[in-house]
Amino acid sequence: MSTAVLAPPPPARATIPRTFAAMMAREARVMRKNFLSTFIRVLVQPVMFVFVFAYVLPKLGGGATAGGPGGPTFSTILVPGLVGSSIIMQAMMAVIFPLMMELTWQKSITDRALAPVPVPLLAVQKIIAAATQGLIGGLLVFPAVLLIHAEGQAPKVHVDDWPILILVMVAGALMSAAGGLLLGTLLNPQKVQVMFAMVLLPMTMLGCVYYPWSALDHIRWLQILSLLNPLVYISEGLRSALTPAIPHMPAWAFLLAIVGGTILLTWAATRTFTKRVLT
Amino acid sequence: MTEPPGAAVRTVDLKKTYPASGPRPAVPAVQGIDLDVPRGEFFGLLGPNGAGKSTTIGMLTTLVVPTGGSAQVCGLDVVKDAVEIKRRIGVVSQNNSLDSDLTVAENLEFRGRYFGLGARDARRRAAELLELFGLTEQRGGSPFEISGGQAKRVMICRALMHGPEVLFLDEPTAGLDPQTRANLWEVLRGLQASGQTIVLTTHYMEEAEALCDRVAVVDHGRILASGTVDQLKSSAGADTVITVSYDAAAPQEIKRLGDRDGISKVEVNDGQVRVFATEPDGILGELVDLGSTAGVGVTDASQLRPSLETVFLSLTGREYRD
Ligand SMILES: Nc1ncnc2c1ncn2[C@@H]1O[C@H](COP(=O)(O)OP(=O)(O)OP(=O)(O)O)[C@@H](O)[C@H]1O
Ligand SMILES: [Mg+2]
Repeated sequence: MSTAVLAPPPPARATIPRTFAAMMAREARVMRKNFLSTFIRVLVQPVMFVFVFAYVLPKLGGGATAGGPGGPTFSTILVPGLVGSSIIMQAMMAVIFPLMMELTWQKSITDRALAPVPVPLLAVQKIIAAATQGLIGGLLVFPAVLLIHAEGQAPKVHVDDWPILILVMVAGALMSAAGGLLLGTLLNPQKVQVMFAMVLLPMTMLGCVYYPWSALDHIRWLQILSLLNPLVYISEGLRSALTPAIPHMPAWAFLLAIVGGTILLTWAATRTFTKRVLT
Repeated sequence: MTEPPGAAVRTVDLKKTYPASGPRPAVPAVQGIDLDVPRGEFFGLLGPNGAGKSTTIGMLTTLVVPTGGSAQVCGLDVVKDAVEIKRRIGVVSQNNSLDSDLTVAENLEFRGRYFGLGARDARRRAAELLELFGLTEQRGGSPFEISGGQAKRVMICRALMHGPEVLFLDEPTAGLDPQTRANLWEVLRGLQASGQTIVLTTHYMEEAEALCDRVAVVDHGRILASGTVDQLKSSAGADTVITVSYDAAAPQEIKRLGDRDGISKVEVNDGQVRVFATEPDGILGELVDLGSTAGVGVTDASQLRPSLETVFLSLTGREYRD
């Protein structure tokens, strides 16, 4: 061990965009390493779900069709819902799990916090990286929900409006990642288990994944309460873009919620993150 | 790089109070510190646990926000110019802050890229540093799979990836075995010889003595004394310290020793007596004799040659313990 011959480093210009790009390259490297384990985790639940509800139950002749004979198949209702819940789950987990390690275990977030960018930008970088994983999670679910079904139970999917589809998926993923960052910086790690049980599970069960929001007309209080759930807007937005024949919320409503939610949550999460990193 | 001459680090009345949280009251961790570290110097912050060393380093490296006073690194303000300061410093934190999702080599490689190196340059530099620090075998390992000493060396490599103007090391040798520590000292001396400005914290007296051009002794968030090691030793009653513990209250006559030439100070604390002397010969024997004349026995006795440890003792009246 001797440093007598340590040469100066090659000349470098650490501009903020370059540093930002290098941080995204790091995320890509980590994502590539963990690809299988990460995405198998997101895929199992929707695959099992469509398998049981779009294949097994219809085969058994159960009443798993949503609108009775002639109505939309249950699989048609599930497509936007399962894609939406996959986006939200994957984006939130992609930001929360590493954060728990980085903020507590030896505070290894300092590795990134010492990179020459403002700390709030580091929060934005985390949101974008996690949103990317959320998007990948959502896209991976498509083949499963489109292909797994019993005969005659095929979902009727038709992309009516590409810009809306893309906007809902991208902004929805960003909103989820920002929400995850907010929760991850507000909660201490011991509470993460509880949060999964108390927040994520009810959110997906009641996120208009398994039924359209308008069907809740019969349970008015739940319909109104559901408006607090961000997943509802993603599901309904995807419903409007993918399965326009199924009743869905008007575009102004879900776009306002998703875009507004993204801005609000990003702003809040950036603040709480900066507070946690800079003591 | 065209650098304006001037201090690598300068602080004026720098303060940090951690706000109260829940039942815990506010902690005044740093209570007004003035530092002036010229470029090229090897500077040491020496103090016991909880003295405020890490908090000070945290403020200088922009990760802890000061609550009072001001601090400049390379002439830049730690609050206003945080990003530019981060471009110019390298930091080795007290704990293992390696990126656990990356391998050892990737940790260095990405650090280089965060600081503007191209991917290939970064890989090459990482390989060079790992080689230099004897870590080539560990390059593919995860930061969890390497020993504490190896992790410290990796963190030093990481801090050197972009050729920082100032290198901050927070207790780099804490918890390392003597052999590993000696190795690290060699590394740090080598860096210093190449002109690297280094700010190091430590609670090992001998480490500060062995490495640092200048030292500030801190305790309870304040600087008790600062200067070169020699200055400190000759100023702060830099005497040999003779400590004797009796099995009963110390004999009264001992206090009178304080009037004698060659003895600067005598402290009596129940059964424990501490004599600070410039001419220590024979004093230990005298203390034992005084005891037996008064009918009290000696349970423990020690004599410390002038060192930072005796400086600390005379400044705080407390033993310097880990
Ligand atoms: N994030 C924090 N929140 C509240 N109090 C803190 C925080 N970090 C440190 N402290 C308190 O501030 C004081 C100084 O801590 P600091 O870590 O700066 O000491 P240190 O000299 O580095 O000690 P050590 O040798 O143990 O590393 C201590 O009383 C510590 O409990
Ligand atoms: Mg410390």
